[in-house]
Amino acid sequence: MAYASALDALGDATRREIMDRLRTGPRAVGEIAAGLPISRPAVSQHLRVLREAGLVTERKDGTRRLYRIEPRALADLRAYFDSFWEQALAGFKAAAEQGGRER
Amino acid sequence: MSSMQSAVEAIHKTLVVKCDPERAFQVFTREIGSWWPLAMHSIGEDKVSEVVFEERVGGRIFERHSDGGEGEWGRVVEWDPPRRFVMSWYPGGEPADATELEVRFNAEGESTRLDLEHRGWERFGDQAAERRSGYDSGWGSVLHYFTKATEG
Repeated sequence: MAYASALDALGDATRREIMDRLRTGPRAVGEIAAGLPISRPAVSQHLRVLREAGLVTERKDGTRRLYRIEPRALADLRAYFDSFWEQALAGFKAAAEQGGRER
Repeated sequence: MSSMQSAVEAIHKTLVVKCDPERAFQVFTREIGSWWPLAMHSIGEDKVSEVVFEERVGGRIFERHSDGGEGEWGRVVEWDPPRRFVMSWYPGGEPADATELEVRFNAEGESTRLDLEHRGWERFGDQAAERRSGYDSGWGSVLHYFTKATEG
């Protein structure tokens, strides 16, 4: 789900660098690209991946497009673990109750 | 939007298992590899050959891979068998990015009640920001970005 694609998206060093640049607030592509050793279209491409993974959102500001980190993604992360524990603990219960045989 | 800030509550789970606390504790820790959904929730996925839980304060919880590699999940912070343990939790990330997991085991008649709390979703962002350097992709590093973003 959303969380898995977020992990995939962050598996790339350039995208992690982009996320880092957005931590202090919304930025336009040009600002994000400044100092990065890749072309602006390449930066836009990375931003698209981050956006599709739900990690950043984009908004128009006059003629510019501003990108920012999507805070709701943290709630998604928590929701992911919430359902993860449901599933994992069911497995734990089965293993623990199987007990008598071993001891 | 700002209502999101610090609104990330701890996860609580409770369940009752039909065995004594000693056994429940041991299955949860030493035998974690027997029930953990490794194929879906591990660093090495199908490469994982076992999960090692070092049973002491400071001990590591890590997976061994068939190719000789390892992936660290966290470290034991408090160790009080068979009542409770606390561990830091940063699978695939860095210790500074950790959330925290506490699991308590209490006898209830012939059974054991387990209370699990997974907390600290917003807590480690600052430390992480200070000591970051080439992060690997991982659960921990994902947290790192959001903690900063939601504090603002």
